[in-house]
Amino acid sequence: MESLFHIVVCASLVPDPLQTLEPVPGPALKNESMLPSVLDPWAAHALYEAAHLAKHNRGSRVFLVSLAPKLKLQQLMMSIAQKVPFELVALDGPAGAFTDAYEVACVLADAIQKIPGLDQTRLLLFGGCASASRDAGVTMQIIGEKLGIKDQFLAVDELTIQDNGALRILERIEGGQYLVSVCQGPPAVLGWATGNLPEPPNNPQVGMANMRGIMPALQKAPAVKVGAQGVDFLSLELPKQQRQTKIVKDLQPFEIAREIVDWIKS
Amino acid sequence: MEKILFIAHTALDGTLPKAAREALNAAVSLVKSIKGATLSVGLVGKDVQKAADSMAACDAAQFLSVAGADFALSRYASDAAAFEALARKAGASIIIAPATSRTSRALPGLACRLEGRIDTHICGLETVDGTIRVQRWYYRQRMLATLTRSIRPWIMLLDPGIWPPFEAEPAPVRLEPLSLQLSDNCKRTSVTGTQAASGTAQTIRPDAKLLFVAGAGWTKKQADGQTHVKEAEALILDFINQAQASLGSSKSLVDQSGEGQEVLPFLSHMNQVGQTGSTPRHPKGLATCCHGEEPHVVGWRFISERRAINLDPNCGWAQGKADVLYVADAFKVMSRVNELLKQRPAP
Repeated sequence: MESLFHIVVCASLVPDPLQTLEPVPGPALKNESMLPSVLDPWAAHALYEAAHLAKHNRGSRVFLVSLAPKLKLQQLMMSIAQKVPFELVALDGPAGAFTDAYEVACVLADAIQKIPGLDQTRLLLFGGCASASRDAGVTMQIIGEKLGIKDQFLAVDELTIQDNGALRILERIEGGQYLVSVCQGPPAVLGWATGNLPEPPNNPQVGMANMRGIMPALQKAPAVKVGAQGVDFLSLELPKQQRQTKIVKDLQPFEIAREIVDWIKS
Repeated sequence: MEKILFIAHTALDGTLPKAAREALNAAVSLVKSIKGATLSVGLVGKDVQKAADSMAACDAAQFLSVAGADFALSRYASDAAAFEALARKAGASIIIAPATSRTSRALPGLACRLEGRIDTHICGLETVDGTIRVQRWYYRQRMLATLTRSIRPWIMLLDPGIWPPFEAEPAPVRLEPLSLQLSDNCKRTSVTGTQAASGTAQTIRPDAKLLFVAGAGWTKKQADGQTHVKEAEALILDFINQAQASLGSSKSLVDQSGEGQEVLPFLSHMNQVGQTGSTPRHPKGLATCCHGEEPHVVGWRFISERRAINLDPNCGWAQGKADVLYVADAFKVMSRVNELLKQRPAP
């Protein structure tokens, strides 16, 4: 049986993981506005899962709600728009790590409530289980609370819609295990881990269709204020990660094996 | 005056999980460092008496509980309701909890309900001149911040593996049970059980002394121009079973399953370490056939002693990330390692 969902995906951008990051007073990142950005990895998985779910449940809609500096968001959309179909809801504001998740959640919840035609009885609220910037893992739950959603799941790797419309969900828990839950149906919050889907290939047709909605959404993106009220950052430092690596080139495999076993047992 | 509430849930056997005992130790130390601070304990589970008794020596002013079958298993709605009842009863200004999957999911909701704030992944906690300071990482373990907050309640989720666990002789504790009736709205979700992430082997061992990281090189063509995935599978499984090691993987290796390539069947994204994986804590780490730099460094952040086996001496691993890099064929080395381990089983 097909279901009809309104899937809202909360996703923002983060610096490309291969970039070297350096903190500056504020706190902020040095040259933050110049750093190449990517869609937050776990949130990206949420977006791909949302699109996959919508594709298999006709009539479903996918909204991408994103809080980020408008210009950087526009750049990001040039690549993301070609991946999967979605309707963008843009908010113009900071996307760095040093804003507070509570404040971010409040503006996102407010934006979601204002989405025209959003049916909260069909709502699946998707996002990453944590961002690659703040890495707090709390924003989705707070948005869910603000929207009055009591069924929430974190670190989700699999969602199956059962014949009766119930949601069967696998969440990562300790020790390499999954917690298996069955929820009667929407509304629900799902903070995704990696899921099971690969990154979709670029599809120019999808990109063209998306861009018709993306540009107006960016143009009317409201500026929002988010900060970290009541937080005092006392220090911010990079870890000392450099090690003096001993490179061993001339040993035979059995000699290396002996060294490794001795080391394991020491 | 800070009113500190330590919150935890019991394991299925009614005991207090190790991560909770670690966080309790941190909470007790914090209380001692703040003049006039008080400690309360709040427990959630099916039957929490055994766990409470194990904490008798922590000098808590009160032991609150929300117990019963509805609270045995991890479910957001019931957990959030239970934690909320405990926090309101204790009137807490600071709430400390271990970062388990259960608390990590429910306590952000509690922060919202109490109009408080929450910090997660805390790896340092101290008081300086009467001010509480926490340490946590940003940008996936690439930047360490020390911060404080003025807004209360302030909820803190403490990462496991940082503090020594609280250990004391158990003694009878008088619990103050809170009565909590769940509405039907809180029971829309049923927990049906747990299942292993990969069907063929239990490869993730959080308490293991050694993390073995397998990279994509295991599935690439070897010197004879052929891939040897079955052989790699046997070598890796044999090693982690003999050494009782935990198995991690690079993203590129686990991603292969989604790209239609031949894969190691016991690997899942749960094994993945790094930027979009986990950052496990183990005393030692052995990486094999891994390439790449910064994303892997993130996964290795909390590994104390690191060694790597790789055919490329200029690999990112070699440049200041590992203590020792063996430039060698991992197939040959691990085969000999397994032989030696059979002769001399790991402790």
